[in-house]
Amino acid sequence: MSVAVALPVLIPFIFGSLSLVFFNSHAVQRWLGVIGTGLLFLATIVLLHKTWTDGIQVMAMGSWPAPFGIVLVADMTSAIMTLMAGMMGFALAVYSLPSISRDHEAFGYYPLMHLLLAGVSGAFLTGDIFNLYVWVEVLLVASFALLILGGERGQMEGAIKYVTLNLFSSIMLLVGVGLTYGLTGTLNMADLAVKLPEVEQQGLVTVVGMLFLVSFSIKAAAFPLFFWLPASYHTPPVAVTALFAALLTKVGVYALYRFFTLMFGNDVGYTHELLLWIGGFTMVTGVLGAAAYYEIRRILAFHIVSQIGYMIVGLALFTPMALAGGVIYIVHNIIAKTNLFLVGGVIYMMRGSYDLKQIGGLWKTRPLLGVLFLLPAMALAGIPPLSGFLGKYVIIRAGVEVESWGIVAVSLGVGLLTLYSMVKIWAEAFWKAQPEEHAARAEQFEQALSQKSVAIMLLPIIALGVLAAVIGLAAQPVYEMALVAGHQLLDSTDYIEAVLGVTP
Amino acid sequence: MEPVMAVVVGALFAASVYMMLRRSIVKLVIGLILLSNAANLLIFTVSGLTRGAPPLIPEGLEVPPDAWADPLPQALILTAIVIGFGVLAFAVVLIHRAYEVVGEDDMDQMRSTDT
Repeated sequence: MSVAVALPVLIPFIFGSLSLVFFNSHAVQRWLGVIGTGLLFLATIVLLHKTWTDGIQVMAMGSWPAPFGIVLVADMTSAIMTLMAGMMGFALAVYSLPSISRDHEAFGYYPLMHLLLAGVSGAFLTGDIFNLYVWVEVLLVASFALLILGGERGQMEGAIKYVTLNLFSSIMLLVGVGLTYGLTGTLNMADLAVKLPEVEQQGLVTVVGMLFLVSFSIKAAAFPLFFWLPASYHTPPVAVTALFAALLTKVGVYALYRFFTLMFGNDVGYTHELLLWIGGFTMVTGVLGAAAYYEIRRILAFHIVSQIGYMIVGLALFTPMALAGGVIYIVHNIIAKTNLFLVGGVIYMMRGSYDLKQIGGLWKTRPLLGVLFLLPAMALAGIPPLSGFLGKYVIIRAGVEVESWGIVAVSLGVGLLTLYSMVKIWAEAFWKAQPEEHAARAEQFEQALSQKSVAIMLLPIIALGVLAAVIGLAAQPVYEMALVAGHQLLDSTDYIEAVLGVTP
Repeated sequence: MEPVMAVVVGALFAASVYMMLRRSIVKLVIGLILLSNAANLLIFTVSGLTRGAPPLIPEGLEVPPDAWADPLPQALILTAIVIGFGVLAFAVVLIHRAYEVVGEDDMDQMRSTDT
């Protein structure tokens, strides 16, 4: 029994409710945003520390013992993911202070942000599949509302696709939960890990597993189910997009990791072969989509899809090292991708456009921003010694070890194309001179720029950029943590023992 | 009873997918409504239909004397209905706003963010 597991869920709920109490006072809401996410960040650090030193942390809600009650469980994977949620929440709360317009604040940006973080933390920590569905709905409803704040035409059009496809995938998840209950009579993940292999008709288990696979693939934006993402992610304000990019698709990836290691490992030859193909195609289609665009946010949105592929490949290779690589990759991607969106937001503040053809000349006036862009961009492409190199190296090394040469070649090729996209942004936005026909607008935005706002927006960018470098340089401890996570995922004995209290 | 329910659930899923594939956004929302109802009925069916046996424990006993209906799926469905209701309320407001902003209820006219 450990209260530390429940805090990452409780804190955002408490601060979200407080923000609703002070709905008309935006200054109070802003402070609550920073303090609440800061406390969440601290709570998740404590949780990771406890999980690292004392092993898997379990809390039974209302003291109903598992498998009858709902449990919150933090193993290393969950704790690392929750830490990322807390860190991103804090970084984005700071970034939102100057960048979110007063209109958005009036429509409840901060309460929704807290609600989204609560949903994400809950989804990462829950040990019950129906409870997972509920948390997914909580974060989806918050993301629906955040997506349409502002009510522009593009937001409405993007939101219809986003809402429809995500609701569809939630219903698939619900159907899968129902069928699992029909097969086994339990909803607790650890209990399912014991009971699913005992089901007589193993074919049915695989079928239900496929329902979960499709459902979470839609949420993770994996090939061929990712089309809602590039259609909607570039429409809201950049702080919202960054929050989505950091956390929403990762919930899908995390759920895939959880389901296809702990519970649906009955037919690895079939499911994980499928996952390998999905991962490979996701990488390639995402990166090719990014190569076709000249709008910063769209390029980055397609790169989310591409990077999801690497994470799925980490799961598909199914060795401790590959899973560790996948976990490192998730951490790296959350940091680097969010950071790139944040830099994109600052570029917009300075030039008034996200279109690479209309902006330029930033290296001359803002060399610091150029360096801060290069850090996450090179990390994303996998240039040593930054974080992406470590993630890619571990996954590819695991691929070489199981002699899966096709996926190794694809991963390396996609890395090169990622570098091309990043260099494209660099060359167009930073090196190229400002195009004459759009110079007037750039001038106007430069004039309106408040140095204080830029300074506050640069704070999280600097912190995340340094972090990307630190993860790459301090590779050994990070890798060790991820390897423990990988072993825990692959060998569910500890998880089942911690939750049910019996050795399987 | 189960075969009938299976056919009903299948028909609801088929109808909902058909409605969602049409171009009108109103029909899209009708499809979503049918979809969540189909899922609820499916949970109800797969967990076994038991008629007239409420899971109540008579005084003096620890467990019900005969076979009883499993209350858990009903709790799941209740939760799912509440969530589905909230989400659908949002979807209805969303299509109304989208219609106001775009001036069309045709999905084919809502492609400006795709390319």
